[in-house]
Amino acid sequence: METPSAQAEPKSGDGVSNNRRSEPPAPSATTASGSRWFLIKFLKTLGSIAITMLGLLFVTFIIGRVMPIDPVISIVGERATKEVYDAAYQEMGLDKPVLVQFLYYLGDVVRGDFGTSYLNGRPVSEDIRRVFPATLELATIGTLIGIIVGVPLGMIAAVKRDSWIDQVARVVALVGYSMPIFWLGLVGLLVFYGILGWVGGPGRVGIFYVDMVPPVTGMILIDSALDGQWEIFRDAVSHIILPASILGYYSLAYISRMTRSFMLEQLNAEYVTTARVKGLSEWAVIWRHAFSNIKVQLITVIALSYAGLLEGSVLTEIIFAWPGIGSYITTALLSADMNAVLGGTVVVGLVFVCLNVLSDLLYSFFDPRAK
Amino acid sequence: MKRSSFLYFRKLLPNASRRAALRNITVAAVASVVIAPVLLVIPAQQTQAATPDNMLVIANRIDDITTLDPAQSFEFAGSDVIRNVYGKLVNFNPGDLNAGYEPDLAESWEVSEDGMTITFTMRDGVNFHSGNPVTAQDVEFSLRRVIMLEKTPSFILTQFGFTKDNIADTIKADGNTVSITTDKKYATSFVLNCLTATIGSIVDMKTVMANEVDGDLGNEWLKTNSAGSGAYKVVSWKPNESVTLQANDDFYKGAPAMKRVIVRHIQESATQRLLLEKGDVDVARNLNPEDVAGITGKEGIKVHNELRGRLMYISMNQKHPVLSNPKVVEAIKYLIDYEGMQNSFLKGQYTVHQNFLPQTYLGAIDDKPYSFNIEKAKALLEEAGVGEFEIEAGVREAQERIEIAQTLQNAMAQVGITLKITVGTGKQILTRYRARELDLYVGAWGPDYPDPQTNAGTFAFNPDNSDEIKATGLLAYRNAWEPGALGEKTAAAVTEGDVEKRRAMYEEIQREFLTTAPFAIMFQQIEQAGMGDSVSNLVLGGAITAASYWPVTK
Repeated sequence: METPSAQAEPKSGDGVSNNRRSEPPAPSATTASGSRWFLIKFLKTLGSIAITMLGLLFVTFIIGRVMPIDPVISIVGERATKEVYDAAYQEMGLDKPVLVQFLYYLGDVVRGDFGTSYLNGRPVSEDIRRVFPATLELATIGTLIGIIVGVPLGMIAAVKRDSWIDQVARVVALVGYSMPIFWLGLVGLLVFYGILGWVGGPGRVGIFYVDMVPPVTGMILIDSALDGQWEIFRDAVSHIILPASILGYYSLAYISRMTRSFMLEQLNAEYVTTARVKGLSEWAVIWRHAFSNIKVQLITVIALSYAGLLEGSVLTEIIFAWPGIGSYITTALLSADMNAVLGGTVVVGLVFVCLNVLSDLLYSFFDPRAK
Repeated sequence: MKRSSFLYFRKLLPNASRRAALRNITVAAVASVVIAPVLLVIPAQQTQAATPDNMLVIANRIDDITTLDPAQSFEFAGSDVIRNVYGKLVNFNPGDLNAGYEPDLAESWEVSEDGMTITFTMRDGVNFHSGNPVTAQDVEFSLRRVIMLEKTPSFILTQFGFTKDNIADTIKADGNTVSITTDKKYATSFVLNCLTATIGSIVDMKTVMANEVDGDLGNEWLKTNSAGSGAYKVVSWKPNESVTLQANDDFYKGAPAMKRVIVRHIQESATQRLLLEKGDVDVARNLNPEDVAGITGKEGIKVHNELRGRLMYISMNQKHPVLSNPKVVEAIKYLIDYEGMQNSFLKGQYTVHQNFLPQTYLGAIDDKPYSFNIEKAKALLEEAGVGEFEIEAGVREAQERIEIAQTLQNAMAQVGITLKITVGTGKQILTRYRARELDLYVGAWGPDYPDPQTNAGTFAFNPDNSDEIKATGLLAYRNAWEPGALGEKTAAAVTEGDVEKRRAMYEEIQREFLTTAPFAIMFQQIEQAGMGDSVSNLVLGGAITAASYWPVTK
């Protein structure tokens, strides 16, 4: 986590050098060829997403099939007779060659059908629709906290390098990613819920509000707001704030350290000195010049940290009884429920790919040369 | 430009503007740090309330639920739900579990002369949640449905000889009565005990068939819905999240006091304890010993202890040349520190119990002839003349089982036996156990249905001990033990019509088993649930059944 350059893709190098060149490359192409260029880029992106997902599916599928577990036993139980076992074996299509099984599976996935969970007999896509919004809600708020606190903290630490505030920021960040997250979660629950009673306990909403909001997006904060049920909204906020802060703390630790090192790199660059010599205000130097140049790198860092949280934080989910995708995949894995594991993996993979595409788009927005 | 010159230029900058910029950043950071706690405080006043008086909230691990269809469910958390949702022909009274079955949806029953047919007369005026009356046809449908669906727990009924081909004759409704005919004479108590199992639940035929898809007899629909006549109906089951039950005010035994029961899936013991202490749940069912100790004596909380059906045992493989010596078997029974383990790492979770029928089962006895006695073990080993030897124990990777094996290892070392402990996953160890390859097995056993036969038939019954037969479901077989006359007695107990005689038979079987069998049964499980002081009459089901919510008051 501590090595920024390894995480922050080669583009960061461009981001640094870029500012020395004052002008973006002149748009030489005409509008017509511009739109064709855009179409090609679009198709290329789409193609690479498809190939990535296909590879992911294939690898996960094969691992799932060669794992030394018997998915049939997990459905029919140890006491099943041979007939029951064989019927289930055929029903699951396990008697066909692996490649054929994969092609069937692929066809289903393309239609949005991840099969049925062996464990609870429900369509996996339905399960994921239920658990993913819970994780999305939590990860988004966690990341927002990480950005809102982490970026300014990193900025101050860089600008006031080696001052007391830099030391404090360092300690905060160090604690953030060296403390086991389940410990932070338990202590947080004990203090803010158990002793102080400031926040709601484990779970997404209080017990009175369970099943009271019509599910639209699956995210209780949004659904209750859409429905105008502000009491539930407030209750949901009180439940999400602690786990989100814990995840937020974890991500702010990372984001603030990254911000600090990116900023230091910029502040030590010659163009900053030049800007200062030219008599620009320190505000302009820091925000307009230096900060503008770390935006691209920051996006990479934030996207990575966001994707990490969207994968589902198993320990946080378990401690806060948060029915998210992390604990869903883990439970499925431990019960050899391969359809659920595959479905979950595909969704997580899709999230990573989408975030990548999104940050690519943002690069070109912030970095004129990437257009 | 080198760093020194950079510093030179920096000095030229106006100090004031640099400070201003810093101030702005500081303000932004401080503001965001301050805002977070403020957000925390806003909703504070709402999180203090306890659960409402007519609502029971339970924290439990419910990730084992795979379905709520009574013909398929075979897990603990699922049985808890189904017991409260469906009526059965005969049922256990939560107020007196030791009393055995009593009439439920069947008002009375008669046994034919040959002992093979039981005819039940249905209780009048009981309705399903849908409003449909509970009829003999529903019973016929429900029991036939179990045989037709062939799901895992169907063996509890098929052991009486019901098959797809014969159910038209063997399970029959006639007006207000329904009769079931077994393939031979069985003890009536055996058949009726089995009908109290989850699988004996009576479902609403009309509702279920209205929701049938592709001839599945409503199996898919019943996974997540309910069609019973019990005290509660299922509002929702969200896997790994919660089960919500709504009271059936027309319940024939009277409307339950708890109008809503919510079981929340809370994995962590510490989290369950916090919720209980805050009053956000009424019952916490998976507290570990540390958390039980932590809440003991706290105001407003009590600890409820209930004996459950799970047993811990050590078995000795009779294929082993030394272990097949009865003196050695007896010596090992004296090498187990029953009391010591019960009072240390198993404290509160297990109690010493040395017979294969858990307390509250028909015929259970409380004899505990064995205690930790190194001298006696030494003497027995000398008598056997086996000298020093080495054996291997297979243990699944569960903390308390490993500790039991280690305790035994220490004791054995004192009498010259070297115990090699092999720890593995459930699959690894069980595979070897089933293949009769383990010398010693440290394990647990839970009864499958509420009749003594469920344990007697596996611990004390093994009609064919040959390698080819592969009766790996029988514990006696897994240890290559031939119970001889004891096995015949076990088979006879299954057909004894008189309940009291049958009880006496099991008592006798167990007394003999205690001294002769290569099984050292050690402990019976205690469930420790934390509860709010106001919760009363919650019975978790003892060893024989599941939790009952309808008698609960707060």
